[in-house]
Amino acid sequence: MGNGLTQDTEELAYRIRRLALEMVHRADSSHIGGALSVADILAVLYGRVLRVRPEEPEWPERDRLVFSKGHACTALYAALALKGFFPLEELADFGSPGTRLLGHVSHHVPGVEWSTGSLGHGLGLACGQALAALRRGASWRVFAVLSDGELDEGSTWEAVLFAAHHRLGNLTAIVDRNRQQALGDTENILRLEDICAKLRAFGWQALEVDGHDHRALLSALEAAVSDSAPTCIVARTVKGCGVDYMENRLEWHYRAPKTRELLESALRELAQRYGRPYEPPSMGDGGGKG
Amino acid sequence: MRNAWIRHLQGLAERDERIFLVVGDLGFSVVEDFAAAYPERFLNAGVAEQNMVSVAAGLAREGYSVFVYSIGNFVTLRCLEQIRNDVCLHRLPVCLVAVGGGFMYGALGPTHHLTEDIAVMRAMPGMRVYVPFCARSAEVALDEVLSEALPAYIRLGREGVPVGEVAGNGVTAVRRVASGVAGTAVLNVGALHAQVVEFAEKNRADLYALCRLKPLPAEELEEVLGSYRRIVVVEDHQRWGGAYGAVCEAFGGSGRVESVAVEGFVLEGGREEDLRRRFLRGAGRA
Repeated sequence: MGNGLTQDTEELAYRIRRLALEMVHRADSSHIGGALSVADILAVLYGRVLRVRPEEPEWPERDRLVFSKGHACTALYAALALKGFFPLEELADFGSPGTRLLGHVSHHVPGVEWSTGSLGHGLGLACGQALAALRRGASWRVFAVLSDGELDEGSTWEAVLFAAHHRLGNLTAIVDRNRQQALGDTENILRLEDICAKLRAFGWQALEVDGHDHRALLSALEAAVSDSAPTCIVARTVKGCGVDYMENRLEWHYRAPKTRELLESALRELAQRYGRPYEPPSMGDGGGKG
Repeated sequence: MRNAWIRHLQGLAERDERIFLVVGDLGFSVVEDFAAAYPERFLNAGVAEQNMVSVAAGLAREGYSVFVYSIGNFVTLRCLEQIRNDVCLHRLPVCLVAVGGGFMYGALGPTHHLTEDIAVMRAMPGMRVYVPFCARSAEVALDEVLSEALPAYIRLGREGVPVGEVAGNGVTAVRRVASGVAGTAVLNVGALHAQVVEFAEKNRADLYALCRLKPLPAEELEEVLGSYRRIVVVEDHQRWGGAYGAVCEAFGGSGRVESVAVEGFVLEGGREEDLRRRFLRGAGRA
């Protein structure tokens, strides 16, 4: 982690991970594993790719990001707050009564296009927006971030057919390929591989990249625009990436680093991974249920 | 009813560039003219109803007023969570238009009987529910849906008895047979058919029709039907959760309100009028 060519996005990814850890700690909430796996994808999107205006979230010419894996909400909320869509301090409200920062992404939060949470909705929504852009000759792009688990959903494959048939070259899907779903390894539950070959057979451009390598993600995202076909980037990731004791361990789909010790040790491991000095938690204790 | 509805939509589309029609590979001899006139605002989404509704929501998010047309259960039950989450939760102007209300496709069997839709659509938060009873009523419903620009459902049936004057989307008086205030009122929900008119006559009842089930015009119902001794709600829909339930809710209980409705699957073959006669005799069975 932390190569010099993409310092800005590495910084963003580090901050997203820290904030996500602090949020689930305070709220005693689940899904930190999938938030850590998607952090680099969001960092590159928000750091370098998406044309958005934080001060004008509904800017008509913005690029649309459909965040279909709504359970990884902490990563998206952190990215949006870091970009300035809403105050960073609000992240401390996550999990508190009355907050708009719901446990699956909510469109009432500035910068969030769609409320999601039930899997298999996002790609179809993205298709609708991409089709609208093509019909109107608009130049903005549509990105859909999917979990690999939601490739189990028939509705996702309906959308895969649709996007290819309608030549939605302005649509880019990114699959957070962390290989774990709710009860275990995706390949043991409902085999997905070979994902790229399947997508190509459906008429998509598809490529696989290291989902924690910012340069690889960036060049794949920049090359994804096409006149004739949608693109899918299968981003190989590690669930829980950045915290040794969480990596590839299913329990962190559910558990929160509830104690102060667990949080601090996660932040310490994370700092070490990024070669940075340890910074104590920024939000303090006493919020949420933690 | 569907032909009048689509002609009306096409007329409106000429003036209103937001109107977008999505079909689920159905509508042979119904949607072709619209598709030819407005190809940039027409989409056949294929036999993929979940994606069809998500795509419709995506189009609506970008400013279109989207009408999604298909056969009854396919545009309601098959894609229910997409309706709930993608359309209703985001309060988008997507109108689901189901053709084949009740037993319109009677002979095709229970997969094509549309008899649970009112209950299900009434339960969707923020959904407006319209059940036109004649061609004109379908046009009036469409006008209101377009002006409200909110999630909506329109159930179309087979045109039956023409109704002289449609009084908006609330209660329309179809026929009064002088039973007077102490008598019986029959409230029809669904395409108005000759069998219901016969049923009302046999019961010496005044006959009314109601189009909008949600929001229910409760005050109007009270005003028009409040003084009747008996109110019989007739609907080609399951007894549970449909128009009967809605009217009971309006009158604060079921005291005077009776139900003629479907109970369970209807497995007998037959044309629409045969199946309607059966349930009007209370012969629907689980």
